[in-house]
Amino acid sequence: MKNTANHSFWDIKKAMVLALFIAILPSCSNDKPTIRNPKDMPITGQVIADLTSPPNVPVPIGDRKAKKVIVNMEILEQEGTMTDGVKYIYWTFGGSVPGSFIRTRVGDEVEFTLSNHPDNKLPHNIDLHAVTGPGGGAESSFVAPGHEKTFSFKTLNPGLYVYHCATAPVGMHIANGMYGLILVEPEGGLPPVDKEYYVMQGDFYTKGANGERGLQAFDMQKAVNEDADYVVFNGQVNGLTGDNALTANVGETIRLFVGNGGPNLVSSFHVIGEIFDKVSVEGGSMVNKNVQTTLIPAGGAAMVEFKVDVPGTLVLVDHSIFRAFNKGALGMLKVSGEEDEQVYSGTQMEGIYLPEGSGIQTMPSTATAKEEAPQELSLAEKLNLGKTVYQQTCFACHQPEGQGIPTIFPPLAKADYLNADVNRAIDIVLHGKSGEITVNGTKYNSVMTKQTLTDNEIASVLTYVYNNWGNNKSEVTGAMVKSRRNIK
Amino acid sequence: MNSFYGKIVTTWLCLIIPLTTLAQQKNMVLVKGGEFIPLYGVDSATVKVNSFFMDVYPVTNAEYQQFVIDHPKWRKSKVLKLYADASYLANWENDTTFSKDFLPDAPITSVSWFAAKSYCEYQGKRLPTVDEWEYAAMADAVSPDARKKEDYNKYILSWYETSNTIKNPIGSTFKNYWGIYDLHGAAWEWTLDFNSVLISGESRKDVDKDSDLFCGSAAVGASDLMNYAAFMRYAFRGSIKAQYSIKNLGFRCIQDVNTNQ
Ligand code: HEC
Ligand SMILES: [Cu+2]
Repeated sequence: MKNTANHSFWDIKKAMVLALFIAILPSCSNDKPTIRNPKDMPITGQVIADLTSPPNVPVPIGDRKAKKVIVNMEILEQEGTMTDGVKYIYWTFGGSVPGSFIRTRVGDEVEFTLSNHPDNKLPHNIDLHAVTGPGGGAESSFVAPGHEKTFSFKTLNPGLYVYHCATAPVGMHIANGMYGLILVEPEGGLPPVDKEYYVMQGDFYTKGANGERGLQAFDMQKAVNEDADYVVFNGQVNGLTGDNALTANVGETIRLFVGNGGPNLVSSFHVIGEIFDKVSVEGGSMVNKNVQTTLIPAGGAAMVEFKVDVPGTLVLVDHSIFRAFNKGALGMLKVSGEEDEQVYSGTQMEGIYLPEGSGIQTMPSTATAKEEAPQELSLAEKLNLGKTVYQQTCFACHQPEGQGIPTIFPPLAKADYLNADVNRAIDIVLHGKSGEITVNGTKYNSVMTKQTLTDNEIASVLTYVYNNWGNNKSEVTGAMVKSRRNIK
Repeated sequence: MNSFYGKIVTTWLCLIIPLTTLAQQKNMVLVKGGEFIPLYGVDSATVKVNSFFMDVYPVTNAEYQQFVIDHPKWRKSKVLKLYADASYLANWENDTTFSKDFLPDAPITSVSWFAAKSYCEYQGKRLPTVDEWEYAAMADAVSPDARKKEDYNKYILSWYETSNTIKNPIGSTFKNYWGIYDLHGAAWEWTLDFNSVLISGESRKDVDKDSDLFCGSAAVGASDLMNYAAFMRYAFRGSIKAQYSIKNLGFRCIQDVNTNQ
């Protein structure tokens, strides 16, 4: 641009008009010899699509040419777990909720075979929002149990699209889990990232209330009233927690393909502790930057990207927040640091803003931490670490001063239930808790999901709780937690 | 109706006038005719149904076994592909033995429409029409038309989500107003004109096709659970073809009541 200074104002203006003109004309020669219309892209060869169940996605398409892509998808009606002790009959594309992830590129010719397992009771079909054509394929894919249907389509528009069953009554088929995502990558692929995951929200309506045990039937009335018992990621309350939590390493860039199957609720998708660097709004071509919460309509999707800078657990939620803490719309992304646990906690301390102004926390030095990692922490260390864990993990429900929310989240301050039994408290944090309990004279009948923390973290957080807010000053050790971990 | 009397009637029928059906055969009951508005009739007009006798139970594995023993052309190795697809009697051990996994008195399934129709005709009976089947099946235990009752509809919907009901013996569900068992809760059942109401499977498109049929339920008067149950039956019927043999699809027969009598 060093010549620019020599041009007259008029020249610059002319050049700009010319540039604009070129940009507007779609057929104008471009330095890349790309064929613009995906319909005309030549097909070179054939591949059988690798379909993955959530939270995994198939490998990126990179710079592969447009191909004929064979997709074989099987419909299974099967029993699964909604949450501990609660079963549900899911209707699935490929045996999972959401259904298998399909990854294509623009210009691919997809040959789609939908098979309806012979044991299934019902006919089904598939409407792919990525398909341009009547009903998105629904009519040509309508298939009876024990049969299969094949149809073909060309992927014309890049983006992230929902697919779902559209058999009458559509709402019921979707409510039972018949949805998933199909990605159409642009030519040359999406920009590379370090990790990619597949997350999809859905709302469920059961005959019994949230947490009521046993096999729960679908409740049409509640579905019509849009009164969801469960709002979850990846088909179940623990779809993205515990062993199902997503993982990443510090410094990695993460891309989440997030969909919302509905049937009813719109998701205010948010990751506690992160700002999305980039969001492909509604799964389309518009990219927004620095987004806190992105709206994902039922039957819609978004691609979000962010770099994880600090170790710790990031919490994925529908920020319509009661859904997260009471109905299951809560997932976890565990970010590990390069170093051991103590360093990881140390690093965390730098990134956390403590509104109470607790002063500068001193953590053990890295050198001693390495040796002492598996050992017991001192009371002071536990109180420090415990406060951090509390702020990160328990705070959202049990409130900053442990005061809880009457009838919803029991108090941890001056709590008779807590003080009565240390082992029981350890069990609750380790394994979660549901069912009716009475704390300080108030009844609670809700669900606390199990908290995925290390032994020392649990020992610390409980010690912190017991030594604050008028509790009985019990001290919990890592060994005590370890000994409870295997009991259940 | 005791079976002794039934036997006499049957024998008498067979001997005297085998081709005319004047009275019911054993294990059939009378469904008294009347008028009703089927949920997805062609123009949601009233339909008149004549009185008919209907099998109390769906046809069982043992009964169908006897049928293929008597009629070799319906054995799975002999049957014409035009009349039954590859899933016909899929679980059978061989031509004349059904799978050990199924009870003799559980409903026969994995039979095509042609086979079911032929079975009924050999008995001097026929398959019910969609209207006849729906008419008989809208009864619950106490009333001939229970379609507005929440429990009735919930029962049906929950069956649609329960697997393996074809392993239960016949009669495992409730006895309805007419004395018929298992219309809901055991297996789907073939009807004579199963594809008369065409559901494309694209339910939103079906909405455009015939707004009377589908918009009513799209607006979902919340109590209209019955529409959902019926939706699913009609969708099922719309997805099948006459040579299909499906694991959860069986049949029963009916017989006209001779009005000249
Ligand atoms: C998602 C919300 C949520 C989070 C996060 C959470 N809890 Fe809970 N917790 C609950 C609910 C709800 C109950 C009551 C469960 C019931 O009704 O059975 C409960 C009950 C308890 C109890 C027993 C009742 C009492 O008041 O003594 C203890 C102890 C407890 N939680 C500790 C913790 C600790 C420690 C953490 C952080 C490591 C934590 N909880 C995180 C929701 C949560
Ligand atoms: Cu479906």
